[in-house]
Amino acid sequence: MSATSAATRTELPAAREGKPFKRRIGLGTWLLPAYVTIAFVFLLIPIVYTFIFSFNDSLKSNIVWRGFTFDNWLGICNQVEVCIAFGNSLLVGGTATLIATTLGTMIAIALVRYRFRFRSGISLLLFLPMATPEVVLAAGLAAEFLTAGVQKGLITIILAHTMFCLSFVVVTVKARVTTLDPALEEAGRDLYGSPTQVFWRVTFPLLLPGIVAAAMLSFALSFDDFIITYFNAGIVQTFPTYVYISAARGIPAQANVIASAVFIFAIAIVLIAQITNASRRKRLGLN
Amino acid sequence: MAFTAFSTGTAKEQAPRRKSKIALLLLLPGILYLLLFFLVPLVALIATSLQEPVPFGDFGQYQTAFRWQNYVEVITTYGDQIIRSFTYALLATIFALLFSYPIAYFIGVKCRQWPLLQNLLLVLVIAPFFISFLLRTLAWKSILADESFIVTGLKALSLMAPDAHFTGTPAAVVFGLTYNFIPFMTLPIYAALERLDTRLLEAGRDLYAKPATSFFKITVPLSMAGIVSGVLLTFIPAAGDYINASSRFLGGSSTSMIGNVIESNFLVSLNYPAAAALSIILMSIILVLVTAYVKRSGTEDLL
Repeated sequence: MSATSAATRTELPAAREGKPFKRRIGLGTWLLPAYVTIAFVFLLIPIVYTFIFSFNDSLKSNIVWRGFTFDNWLGICNQVEVCIAFGNSLLVGGTATLIATTLGTMIAIALVRYRFRFRSGISLLLFLPMATPEVVLAAGLAAEFLTAGVQKGLITIILAHTMFCLSFVVVTVKARVTTLDPALEEAGRDLYGSPTQVFWRVTFPLLLPGIVAAAMLSFALSFDDFIITYFNAGIVQTFPTYVYISAARGIPAQANVIASAVFIFAIAIVLIAQITNASRRKRLGLN
Repeated sequence: MAFTAFSTGTAKEQAPRRKSKIALLLLLPGILYLLLFFLVPLVALIATSLQEPVPFGDFGQYQTAFRWQNYVEVITTYGDQIIRSFTYALLATIFALLFSYPIAYFIGVKCRQWPLLQNLLLVLVIAPFFISFLLRTLAWKSILADESFIVTGLKALSLMAPDAHFTGTPAAVVFGLTYNFIPFMTLPIYAALERLDTRLLEAGRDLYAKPATSFFKITVPLSMAGIVSGVLLTFIPAAGDYINASSRFLGGSSTSMIGNVIESNFLVSLNYPAAAALSIILMSIILVLVTAYVKRSGTEDLL
């Protein structure tokens, strides 16, 4: 009896020493993953909500659950206004992306490959639009269009979107140009490729992943932009301005359908890009 | 990260070729575009902010002047909204930082052995970006509405006063701002933590540092560049946002921020000088705060 108690007594300090260490492992292994799980559930709540209510058999406003239906998904254009606004968003996003990606790629190549004056001034000019609050950009453009007497409409929206997408394109493509090995282009020139041939056969294909990424980012930014659009749209509606204007009187379930469909589409693109990238890395033995 | 992308130093090592007409040709269209649609609008904004009403003119008619008084009037009229904007933005930035850091740490450090899981979690972090900003805010409005089960549940448990509301309060606006800008905070911190050398943490442990000590002395300083980027990417749009604070969304009549006032002055009451003056004030305060913050946090090379 006394021997066992003595034994436990001698074991005690050791156990106490081990205890904080054990608890630390417990904290690291369980608390953090548990928190992250809850955090992700929290982050996804509004997405799940929007998705579920795209199946709501609603009448005008889509707030109370009234039963399950596929009608909203099958008849997006039953709400003509939503449909037109969505079409405008695609048109604006596509055009602004095309212009911004072209101009931005040119700037990115120049920034990495060439030496020129006013370099820091140009860098600042590219950086500032990203550091300026959207509402200031919006009011500035609206003031400019007002002063110049330009009628607001699709054109002004596209001009505005191209402006704020441009800097993001430059950042994205520049990262790709920096990793490009100039020796590859030199090889092209050594093989008597003309500058245009070298560009289209060597430089452009190598830059393409960066350009595509920039274009997708630019389209996503344009598609979801509200503040700048609202200040410069006039009577034209894009998808976000439609949602804002209808928020007071109730948003039809078709808006949820469009948002959900865009969400699924975007996530699919991201996942496909990641899977192909992972398999490419595996093939090249990079991982 | 966006802020490091324009540092001039790194590009020189890439051996740029001599001055060239090609460089000019490549730069000219884009730079002209930015001058025309970024710089000229700022100048137009300054000019508008100093305009005065046309004497005996119509509603919304102004003429060029140097009416500095516009600024004084705007500050005295909308002082509350200006202060509120920066308070809400600051609170949202703090909450977003506290919320995001553990997630970024988990993805960037704990999940390193599983790159696939890492990528999947990153997709989940940016997932809210892919659902319309306005619709996800409206979703929260419905979820947190007075008749929603969360609010009725809290009231049944006496955790909320029976006549209390959540939507329309400052708390709801800060909540919405925090939620909407979490990805902007998480991604840069993740990018910094992903490069963290974990052997430094082992070294800290070997030298008998408590986990908390090595966290604050090693992990946090080494992820400072990410924190600074995240704070800027959250604070700037949050201060200028007016969706969350709008009474159609999570706000109420007493939560309007500087963005709401700019909108109503510009688009509703057609008081362009006031809206322009407020915009200039917002931008100046942000530039001052950002410069001071970047200098304080010792990461001047970011800009």
